[in-house]
Amino acid sequence: MTISPLDLGESERPLTGWGRTTPTVASVKAVTNVADIQDVVQHASPRGVLARGLGRSYGDAAQSGGGTLVDLSSLDYAHIDHEAGLVTAGAGASLDALLRTLVPAGFFVPVTPGTRMVTVGGAIAADIHGKNHHVEGTFGSHVSSLTLVDGQGELRTLTPDSPLFWATIGGMGLTGVITEATFDLIPITTSLMSVDTDRTTDLDDAMSRMIEGDDAYRYSVTWIDSISPSGRGVMTRGDHATLDQLPPGTPALAYGPQPRLTAPTMIPGALLNTLSVRAFNAAWFRKAPKHRVAELQSIPAFFHPLDGVLEWNRIYGRGGFLQYQFVVPDTAAHVVPYALKRLRDIGAPSFLTVLKRFGAANPAPLSFPQPGWTLTADVPARIAGLADVLDELDTLVLSEGGRLYLAKDSRMSPAMMASSYPRLAEWQEQRTQLDPHHVFTSDLARRLSL
Amino acid sequence: MMDALGTPQSVLVLGGTSEIALNTVAALPRNRLSRVVLAGRPSPALDEAVQKVRSIGVADVSSVAFDALTVDSHGAIIDAIFDAGDIDVVVLAFGVLGDQAQAEADPAAAVMVASTNYTGAMSASLHVARRLRMQGHGWLVVISSVAGDRARRSNFVYGSTKAGLDAFAQGLGDAMQGTGAHVLIVRPGFVRTRMTEGMPEAPMTINPQDVARITVAAMRQGRSLVYAPGQLRYVMGVLKALPRPVFRKLAARQG
Repeated sequence: MTISPLDLGESERPLTGWGRTTPTVASVKAVTNVADIQDVVQHASPRGVLARGLGRSYGDAAQSGGGTLVDLSSLDYAHIDHEAGLVTAGAGASLDALLRTLVPAGFFVPVTPGTRMVTVGGAIAADIHGKNHHVEGTFGSHVSSLTLVDGQGELRTLTPDSPLFWATIGGMGLTGVITEATFDLIPITTSLMSVDTDRTTDLDDAMSRMIEGDDAYRYSVTWIDSISPSGRGVMTRGDHATLDQLPPGTPALAYGPQPRLTAPTMIPGALLNTLSVRAFNAAWFRKAPKHRVAELQSIPAFFHPLDGVLEWNRIYGRGGFLQYQFVVPDTAAHVVPYALKRLRDIGAPSFLTVLKRFGAANPAPLSFPQPGWTLTADVPARIAGLADVLDELDTLVLSEGGRLYLAKDSRMSPAMMASSYPRLAEWQEQRTQLDPHHVFTSDLARRLSL
Repeated sequence: MMDALGTPQSVLVLGGTSEIALNTVAALPRNRLSRVVLAGRPSPALDEAVQKVRSIGVADVSSVAFDALTVDSHGAIIDAIFDAGDIDVVVLAFGVLGDQAQAEADPAAAVMVASTNYTGAMSASLHVARRLRMQGHGWLVVISSVAGDRARRSNFVYGSTKAGLDAFAQGLGDAMQGTGAHVLIVRPGFVRTRMTEGMPEAPMTINPQDVARITVAAMRQGRSLVYAPGQLRYVMGVLKALPRPVFRKLAARQG
C-alpha cells in the first residue's frame, strides 16, 4: 500500500510560539537520555533538529517547519550543592519545578523572567534576563558549565573560558542541544519578597527615579500605562525579605504557587481593544499605592503574576500577538516615549508594557541585554499599520545602537538582525565549529538568515 | 518564512507571465519579500516579468523554464526551487482560455486546454503540495474561475477544466489540513487581461489588480476559497440554483 506524502506522521503537530502566530508543523521527539539525542542528531532529516522547551518564546524561535523538535522534558533532574550554592539541572527542568525544590531549601534561581514556565535549556538558549539584570546580569552569566550535543552528535562540556560556551549562551538553540547546566543560586532566608511600590506620574518621572534609585534594589521594573499619553506607571522594586522582616509565626520558606484561572479558549479578538485595555490599565494604576515601602509579597505575585492565569496568551484571540522588546543605550532614552507614542497612534492596545534598566552586557555575541533602557510591549498581531510602525521603530532603534530580543521577535528583517547584532558573523563562525552542517535550525534561523 | 504579521519572504509563480499572479506579487507586503521565482515557458514576456518584479524592489528575482504540458519535468523543477530555500507562497496561475468553436471542431485542441488547465495544474499542484508538506508551512494559491461553477454553452471546454481543477484543489486543501500548509482557491469572474482581450465584458468585470488585492486579503484572513469580486459568490449561488432551461436562456443572452 502506498503511503501518501501528504499524510501527517503520528509525531507531527502544528506548533507556534507563545504569541500563537504562524504555526508550522514539525515532528516532536521525546527523548529520555543523551544517547537518544545523539541518535536524533545523527539521523537528522534535511529539515534539521531543534530543542523545544515550554514554548514561551513569543515568535518562531522554538519551531522548525518540517524539522524534528526534541522534547527534553524528562531530563528534569536537579542536584543541589548546598555548600557551594550551585545546582546541576537537566535542560528540560522548568524553573517552576526547580523553584519548588530550591525555595524550601533556601535558594532562588539566579535569574527569572516574568514566567517560571521556562526550561533551563531555554533560559540558556535565549540568555534570559529578569528584574535583576541591572545588578546581576543574565541567566547565562551564572552558568559555570553546560553540556551540549553538537552537530556531529558529540557530547561536549563547555565552560565560560571557551568562546563556544558563549556562542551557546543566547545562541537560540542553534549550536546544539543543551542537555545539562550547572549554575549558581541566590541564597534566601525567606520565600517572601520585600517590595517598595511607587506610582510614577509620567515617563520622565519613572526614568529619573529608576536612574537614581535602581542601584539600591536587586529587583526593579516599572509597568507603564501604554494608553495614557503621559506614560504614567507603577514602579515596583525589592529584594528577598530577610527573616527579621517576617511577622512572627510565618513559615519562612513556604512555597507552593497554584494556578488560579485558565483563560477561556474562545475570546473574540475585539474584546481586547483600546477600550478594555484603557479600563484595565486605569484600574491597575489606581490599585497601586502612591508610595508603599517594604510590603511583603509572595514570589509568584512579585515575579510571575501572569502564571496565575494559565494560557493567558489566548486573550488576544485567534490572530495571536507579538511582543516588541528593544534595548537602547542611555543616550537614546527618547526612543522609549517615541515608541509608546507610535504604538498609541495606531491604537495598539498593550497592557503588558514594561520598562527596565539593563546593566552590563556579557561576552555572548547574541546576548540581547546591553546597558540602557529596555521597553517591552505586547500587541495583537492584527492591528492595522503595525508592520510599518514596527519597521520604523526598528530603524530608529538600530540608528541609536540598540537591538531587539530574539526570544520575542517574530517579524524583524534579516537586515535589521545583521546590523543590530554586529557580532553575528563571529557567532556564525563559532556555530559552524559546533555544527558544521547546520543540523540545528529553526523557523527563526530561516527567517533571519542566521 | 512568513512572519507573525503574515508577510512572506519568498514567492513562486507557476505561470510566470500571468497578470493576476504578477499583480498578486505586487500586492503582497513587500518589506520582507526577498525571493521571487517566476516559472514559465522561456519568452521575452517572461524576461519582462522578471524585470517588472525587480522594479518593485525584490532583490532576488529569477525565472525557471517550466511547461505545464511536460508533466514529467514538474517534479525536478519544483524540487530544485524548494531545495534552494523555503517558499512561503506558491501562485498557480497558468491556464489557457482556448477557443470554444475550435475546440468543438478539433477535439485535440480541447484536450490541450484540459492538459494545461487541469492535468498540468494537477501535476504541478501535487508536487508543490508535497514540498509544502515537507517544509511544514506555506500557501498554495490556485487561480480557478467562476466558469467552473456552472458550465455554459459559450465556454464549457474551459469551464470544465476549471471545474476539475477547482474540485481537485478543494480536495487538496482538505488533504493539507493540519500540515501547516494552506490551499486558497480564487474564483475570479471576468478579468481584464490579455486572455480576455477583445471579448465583451461581463457584469462585475474587474482588473487583475483587484483579484490580487482580494487574494492577498484572503490569505491574511486564512481563507480557503474566495470569489473576485466577493459579491460573485452570491451571484453564482443564484445562478447555480437556476433550472437548466432558465440558465441556458440567460447565458445565451449574456454570450
